[in-house]
Amino acid sequence: MTSLMASKTAAPVEQPPPPRRTMARRLVPYGYLSPTIVLIVVLMVIPIVMVISYSFRDNVIVQENSVFAGLANYTKVLTDPDFLAALQNTAVFISVSTVAHLLLGLAFAMMLNTQLLSGVTKAVFRIVYILPWLFTIAVIAVIWRLLLDPAGVVNYVLHTLGLIQEGVNWLGDPGKALWVVTFINIWSGYPFFMISLLAGLQGIPADLYEAAAVDGANPLRRFLHVTLPQLRPVILSMAVLDLIWTSQQFALIWMTTGGGPLNTTEMLSTYTYKQAFSEYEFATASAAAVIVLLLTMILAFFYVRQQRER
Amino acid sequence: MTTVKTRRTLAKAGVLTGLVLGGLFAGLPVLWMLSTSFKSNGEVFRNPPKLITESFSLDAYREILGNGAQLRFFLNSYIVAGAVTVLTLLVAVLAGYAFSRFNFPLQRTINAVIVSVQAVPPITLVIPYFGLVVALGLYNTYPGLILTHMVFTLPYAIIMTTAYLNTLPRELDESVKVDGGNSWTALWRILVPISVPGLIAVGVYTFMISWNEYLFALTLTRTDDMRTVPIGIQLLMGQHSYEWNQMMAMSILGSVPVLVLFLLFQRRFIGGLTAGAVKA
Repeated sequence: MTSLMASKTAAPVEQPPPPRRTMARRLVPYGYLSPTIVLIVVLMVIPIVMVISYSFRDNVIVQENSVFAGLANYTKVLTDPDFLAALQNTAVFISVSTVAHLLLGLAFAMMLNTQLLSGVTKAVFRIVYILPWLFTIAVIAVIWRLLLDPAGVVNYVLHTLGLIQEGVNWLGDPGKALWVVTFINIWSGYPFFMISLLAGLQGIPADLYEAAAVDGANPLRRFLHVTLPQLRPVILSMAVLDLIWTSQQFALIWMTTGGGPLNTTEMLSTYTYKQAFSEYEFATASAAAVIVLLLTMILAFFYVRQQRER
Repeated sequence: MTTVKTRRTLAKAGVLTGLVLGGLFAGLPVLWMLSTSFKSNGEVFRNPPKLITESFSLDAYREILGNGAQLRFFLNSYIVAGAVTVLTLLVAVLAGYAFSRFNFPLQRTINAVIVSVQAVPPITLVIPYFGLVVALGLYNTYPGLILTHMVFTLPYAIIMTTAYLNTLPRELDESVKVDGGNSWTALWRILVPISVPGLIAVGVYTFMISWNEYLFALTLTRTDDMRTVPIGIQLLMGQHSYEWNQMMAMSILGSVPVLVLFLLFQRRFIGGLTAGAVKA
């Protein structure tokens, strides 16, 4: 649930310039910012420098005397079939999740924005629709493991409807597990998209719709020519944010499949975690972690550019 | 006239059907969790499955609440999330004040760095954090977890606090300065007291992030007495693989603080959340 938001915190402040700005006065804002600066240096700058330096060394963390290893860790990671599988799985997982979040979020937001129902009805539905987002991933993993158990209620319902003949091991079948974890992620992640799109819908001026109606536009045309263009900025920035967040998903995979069966749900995050905390190969893990950071930076670059255009 | 009315009724029925179907998609898994928590363990996989159990019992809850080890997870989560919330608010108020009320060189740069912190993958940070926390003697301690959780909560809190302070008229703090007060007194005497509604929204979100955090809690603590609720749920799954009723009861108990906070502050919370994402 980490959020990524950009805002214009650098709001211009109109202050008449005092005749003499002493050194001490100029330092005042940095005084207020000093705890933040210290924390960011400790929590981000130093760790990133550390992980990059680990990635070029060998025997880090577990041993005292680490040695320079050049690009060996990167070569090892980039030629590891498990890493390449993780890269591919992550690409499928994040793109399918994001598209589905957008479609579900938009459909639900439009239904919740209807003029046909009373405010109380909509408020009740809104709470129900936000529910999946309020549970921690550990809880979501446990719920779906219960539902999708071979002897569980999902199989019972599908069997009763005649859609399956015998109990399916949803999370244990190499051909299905990736789609199943993606589905769980779709269920748990659409509400944030929905909330933002709902706020976007409520911000569309009513006279745009009235003008379109006067011109004789039917609901479909109003959706295509008023709603979608108006929501475009929100949709684009939410989509990039969602790609970034989803690529960081660790707990859901770790608590449902652990990356299995046969690496079919291995993600960049679980691969990196295993290298570090199961194999204790911290140097290899650091190389993978730096690659993940670079991939994220590419996505973040599109986000920043998109924000600038608005 | 009647056709217009009929079409309206039809449209209304259509939207309502859609809303109910979507509601089932969103709500049924949650209902099933609730229902399972009231079952006996033998009934969990009994066919045909029943949403409303006949043998309603609170045994699973009694089992969790009567167990010191499980309660410890809650205590740990309250300590960590509580401390993260207080510290984040404190640091964010100071930083938001600097951004909102001062002009200084590096303002844009520092702001850009704060925004970018939010994109850094936790999996990239967790490796050096592990090294740092062990080196500083903070492994398996509250301060180690509290400090590292702030990387998630601080950027968001600073952005929201700055946005909130920007909505307050500058005449407020000027009046304090006219009376001879400095910027420090203006912040604590005037701005903070009237910012309480905005700070509540920031605090609620901060608490939620820390309460729900999984990766750092998994990696930077080791012993059961230092584990937080999300890891506690995972441990329960490992220990009693098939005590599903207890796992569901624990999951519900573990979600209650966040659900309560959300329901109490829903409107303010959603407003604050979307203000950053939509209007930025």
